[in-house]
Amino acid sequence: MRKQTSLNFRANAVRAIADSSLRGVVKKATGTFSSKRNIAISKIADYESLRKKASAVREDVLENLGTYLDAFSSNATRAGATVHYAVDAAAARRTILGILSSHNAKTVVKGKSMVSEEIQLNEYLGKEGISVVETALGEFIIQMEDEAPSHIIMPAIHKSRQQVGRLFADKFGVEYSEDTQVFTKIARQVLREKFLNADAGISGANFAIADTGSIVLFTNEGNGRMVTTVSPLHIAVLSIEKLLPSLKNLPSFIRLLPSSATGQQITSYVSIITGTREDGEMTGAKELHIILLDNGRSEILAGECRDILKCIKCGACINVCPVYRTVGGHSYGWIYPGPMGIILTTLLTGLANAHPLVSASTFCGACDEVCPVKIPLVELIHKLRVRKVSEGFSPVKEKLGMRVFEATARSPFLFSSGEGLAKIFWPVLGSLGGEDIAGRLPEPVKMPFRRRME
Amino acid sequence: MRIQLFGTCLVDSFYPEVGEAILRILNKFGVDVSFPKGQTCCGQPAYNAGYLEEAKGTAEHFLSVFSGTDLIVTPSGSCAAMVKYRYPEFFRAKTTLRAVADNVAGRVYELSQFLVHVLRVHETDLTRNGKVTYHPSCHLTRMLGVRREPLVLLKAMQGLELVPLPDAARCCGFGGMFMAKLPEISCALADEKAADIISTGADTVTGCDCGCLMNISDALRKRGSAMRVKHIAELIAEGI
Repeated sequence: MRKQTSLNFRANAVRAIADSSLRGVVKKATGTFSSKRNIAISKIADYESLRKKASAVREDVLENLGTYLDAFSSNATRAGATVHYAVDAAAARRTILGILSSHNAKTVVKGKSMVSEEIQLNEYLGKEGISVVETALGEFIIQMEDEAPSHIIMPAIHKSRQQVGRLFADKFGVEYSEDTQVFTKIARQVLREKFLNADAGISGANFAIADTGSIVLFTNEGNGRMVTTVSPLHIAVLSIEKLLPSLKNLPSFIRLLPSSATGQQITSYVSIITGTREDGEMTGAKELHIILLDNGRSEILAGECRDILKCIKCGACINVCPVYRTVGGHSYGWIYPGPMGIILTTLLTGLANAHPLVSASTFCGACDEVCPVKIPLVELIHKLRVRKVSEGFSPVKEKLGMRVFEATARSPFLFSSGEGLAKIFWPVLGSLGGEDIAGRLPEPVKMPFRRRME
Repeated sequence: MRIQLFGTCLVDSFYPEVGEAILRILNKFGVDVSFPKGQTCCGQPAYNAGYLEEAKGTAEHFLSVFSGTDLIVTPSGSCAAMVKYRYPEFFRAKTTLRAVADNVAGRVYELSQFLVHVLRVHETDLTRNGKVTYHPSCHLTRMLGVRREPLVLLKAMQGLELVPLPDAARCCGFGGMFMAKLPEISCALADEKAADIISTGADTVTGCDCGCLMNISDALRKRGSAMRVKHIAELIAEGI
């Protein structure tokens, strides 16, 4: 299993910062997608009211999640799907393995799914003798490199075209190229055969619709359609909060998700899959299993950070985050990076495994500004910082330093005699940074402003 | 008119010249300035790092110092936002303190806000030569909602050429305690900001938050730039 390295966030970040190629590609790609997002959003005349509406829909879903899950299950079942509830990653993996084994499936084609990354499905199935081929170009690339995705929308954002060109030349014995069209063409050729011979297809889902029992996929490469329709067996794995009450709610999200994610007005494909292929229908899997993954989300739902479950995984907050742009996704050490990732990773894996992440924000608020469902990301990260302190994950020196800070700030006498903040607080800052922070700070003046005012 | 000046801890210990500049401006406009004795810090270092109790303690002290009815003016967007939005939250459950916090929150003005909305300084004769670029700090713009005011002031200065800063809204990497906890990321961000600032060809960079300006100033120095870093109060004081 790939190990979580969120506890080493700072060291990971230092390594990433030193990698100028990585910084270059991440900065360029996030910059491009942010600008495209801004242009797309500026074309939505009623954006603010649309955003409010979408936020309210997601709020309602969280408020009544049990009801919507029940409705979804019964409607999906009626349409011919089999719905499974998985309490955690292990349960989801076992369920999927059970389904594949009962069909004696040995080769699986897979669409991009962050939830499948969360449960580390590929590795698990690989060990059980089932080969899984990623079919979205980005995932296809990083699977060959045995890397984790570094972005929830663009998993291979950390790779330069040169790196991909060399990888393709090595793996497929083709001429070196830096042309993405060429990469796509090669991947298509390789994958075509995999699609036709696969025993099963595994996908994620962007949304699940309670009142119809449908799952909805937003894709650009067409591989999503292949994964979900070519094989007789389709398994969709998604987390429980992906519900929308009704198909009527979908148009708002069709307008918001692609524009926030990639700056597209709509993705090339929007697939609404309702149940299995019926007699007389030309496409669709003959058997559809939907795995609803909890993996800690019920607990998040009951807590003070539940708003993070409104997230529709567009990645807009990641693209604008100055920290993400500087350190890339792998630095965060798990599956989800950037502002939404800080929150989700800390909640899903626990402070004990992720507490340094909550410091990985300057609180600049750029993320709050672009979130299409109005999640107060800064506020949630702040709540987690408070928990980090109260649950004992902050350094003793910092705790003591903060007591000294408060005592100094409450006592004009101490504040004056210690030359204000400088002499008392700077050493605290220095000890936290583990390097000479004072070197970055100017010298305190001999005559503080306060004394001039006496 | 009378105001209470909250100098902020950074001005107190590092940038008294910003305080002096404010006094010159307010003096020129006939504002009577009181400097409530015993003032210290707004508590952001504790608050942002998750130390709620310590932040509340500091806030209580602030509330006791800034009693009265005069407007409170401060040369910092982030300190103003802290007092305006966080203090009332801190004391939601405590009726008496809550009333005090609401009152103080209602009286606090960031300097450029005060200069534009109350004194209408931009409608007076301001002159200053030179090429200036402006960094809109994050808490000033996104938390306090002050986007237009500093630009109104800078544009009102005759002879001043305001050069747009590329990707201006991007954070400089200061983030208060962030700078100490993740110094490598903070420095990398500050360096990118410095590069953008240098690319404008301005002779001076200005802003409304001493923390960000301190961070930017360090990054400019590391790049060997001779660019001047001035709080907006200093530019206006030079221009009146």
